[in-house]
Amino acid sequence: MFKPVCIAGAGVISAIGNDVQEHMTSFEKGEAGMGAMQYLQSVHELPVAEVKLNNAALARLAGLPAHISRTALLSAVAALEALISAGLQDITPWRTGFISANTVGGMDKTEDFYADFMKDPARGRLRDLVHHECGAATELVADRLGIKNHISTISTACSSSANSIFFAARLIRQGFLDIAVAGGVDALTRFTLNGFNTLMILDKQHCQPFDENRRGLNLGEGAGYLVLVSDEVAATLQEKPAAALSGFSNANDAYHQTASSPDGTGSYLAMKGALEKAGLAPGDIDYINLHGTGTANNDIAEGTAIKRLFENKYPKMSSTKSFTGHTLGGSGALEAVFSVLALKFGFIYPNLRLETPMKELPFVPETGFQKGLPIRHVLSNSFGFGGNCSSLIFSKVE
Amino acid sequence: MYIRSASAISPQLSFQQMLDAPEGYTGDRLRCVEPDYTAMIDPKMIRRMSRIIKMGVSAAKDCLGKAGVEQPDAIITGTAYGCLADTEAFLSRMIGFKEELLNPTSFIQSTHNTVAAQIALLLKCHQYNNTYVHRGFSFENALLDAVTRLREGEGENALVGGVDEITDSSHRLLSRFGLYRANASTATLYETGEKGTMNGEGAVFLLLSANASSGDYAWLEGMHTFYKPATGEEVQKEMAGFLKNNNIAAEDIDLMICGDNGDTKNDKIYQQVRNESFAGVPYLRFKHYCGEYPTAGAFALWLGSHILKTGQLPADAEKLPAPPRKVLVHNHSLNIHHSLFLLSVC
Repeated sequence: MFKPVCIAGAGVISAIGNDVQEHMTSFEKGEAGMGAMQYLQSVHELPVAEVKLNNAALARLAGLPAHISRTALLSAVAALEALISAGLQDITPWRTGFISANTVGGMDKTEDFYADFMKDPARGRLRDLVHHECGAATELVADRLGIKNHISTISTACSSSANSIFFAARLIRQGFLDIAVAGGVDALTRFTLNGFNTLMILDKQHCQPFDENRRGLNLGEGAGYLVLVSDEVAATLQEKPAAALSGFSNANDAYHQTASSPDGTGSYLAMKGALEKAGLAPGDIDYINLHGTGTANNDIAEGTAIKRLFENKYPKMSSTKSFTGHTLGGSGALEAVFSVLALKFGFIYPNLRLETPMKELPFVPETGFQKGLPIRHVLSNSFGFGGNCSSLIFSKVE
Repeated sequence: MYIRSASAISPQLSFQQMLDAPEGYTGDRLRCVEPDYTAMIDPKMIRRMSRIIKMGVSAAKDCLGKAGVEQPDAIITGTAYGCLADTEAFLSRMIGFKEELLNPTSFIQSTHNTVAAQIALLLKCHQYNNTYVHRGFSFENALLDAVTRLREGEGENALVGGVDEITDSSHRLLSRFGLYRANASTATLYETGEKGTMNGEGAVFLLLSANASSGDYAWLEGMHTFYKPATGEEVQKEMAGFLKNNNIAAEDIDLMICGDNGDTKNDKIYQQVRNESFAGVPYLRFKHYCGEYPTAGAFALWLGSHILKTGQLPADAEKLPAPPRKVLVHNHSLNIHHSLFLLSVC
């Protein structure tokens, strides 16, 4: 069994808010973030869940130059909020790490560069290419936060940032680090939008996760980070942490590069492994934050795996992607933040726009916002291309 | 942790060939010597795979074969650049055709986790699967994931790899940053006192195990990374701390494997470290074998493991008085990402 690692802070930015407080308000009001493109430039008329700030405004919040990748700007805004909210007076005496995740790094800038480069290999501004690598955004933010002891970036498609959170917990538990800011980010890019569009899994309307008539996903953007701390650091905090990471597991579906197996083998193994690691039974889980993308394939695979694992003890569940869209490399971390808030405030989030429950499944996601419920354990699912499946369990610190 | 086996597709054909005569290169880049993939992968699948996927999957399968392991308990890769050829194909088509008439294949294979995912798919392996993409720490973080996972008691072994490819476009782009020397030669790489190095690539896999077994290549005693050291003194302090944590002194090291790449500014720190902290310790530079690339640390571990297993050094290396028992690897990428590995004979 894994000894839980306390969570001292959280930060998030997405289409439904620029910080944690704005997210809580949007969830309570049931206000989703999808709409027509404001900042992303594309020939396709598809709804996206954009952060409602341009790069100049994000740069002001982040304290970074506006010409760098939106990925780094979003990451910095959420990571700064997380670190400040942890209430750590000074991180310098501790060994601190920054563990981030993303799927396309500085692709938003590379796209502009590449158009010039294709015309003439000597053209294109190198400052638009220099932060292309996934790790570059992480370093810009680590330097901004003054974090140096450990820096890493994970990329396993849509499960990326769930992996960064448990990797952080493991490094703390084994004494490599005292504090870790861990999570992930992705900005919307034409590259990703067109990629998902060729796979024909984008919904032209607002997505309807776990609905019988679901049509696909809406892409979103955002960043989320948690601050994980050792027991020693937790003891120094004025405010006692409300939640801890108590279990996690990573498994591979090994079925297809992009599609999930019909019975959700990878999802099942990830959820089951996380329960075992936490020493919990399925009946102990009070809420599942579903991966719930809204694609035909994901929702039936995930639903089938839940049906098999939870049998007749179905917890409350919902897909917050009905609010934020699918933020890819950011989604695991965004939903980890929402899971921690669910424990702290007793939230259950609504699965928006659910009209007709899936007929193959014996359970129905929640459709109304609730707060103040006694929630002790939350399971958060993140599944991605390449069969990469990860589940995290967050538990209330008693 | 024990290195049960190590396999590489690199600009060198094999370690055996390096003992006879290492492959030499001129120009500004080294290319992997690619094997006949049909021996490793189903020909129907080969057609769909880009070069980096073929190299990665083949090296991984060879590594498992040498270790006698069919299903590893974890598959963890590190790649700084990811699947460049597929990324470029989708990107240029998207721009060229103004976001119309696109085919999903190159997008699907462009994600950084493709190599690890394809290995899992080929082996039908449902175990732990992760991919690290942090520049010059990509492979090191993958290895740290494996080590900490095994320490946690999760599984008995882990397949860990470092994979990066050069494409014509990526070489052209990286060249614009002034990284390479146009008319370089691996034979004289370190001697010219000039700016620039030679570009490299490789797919290297190690089978790491928590338990010793008879055919082990080496024992990975310790590893350490540090980021953006401000001064040479800081580098030496980090290295001294690493030795202390592993209860070893500089004079106990039989061989240092160092990441010098021929660029004067880049190599200064290696020389300072050798002169001031490791005076008299024999050393072997390795970038003339594999070129400079962000996951070259994996190649250094492959090389160190083979040297310890065989007790022999490549033909062009200076002879040692006795087969080495302790090897220290020091590599850095752009003086931003430093890594240290301590290997012992098994």
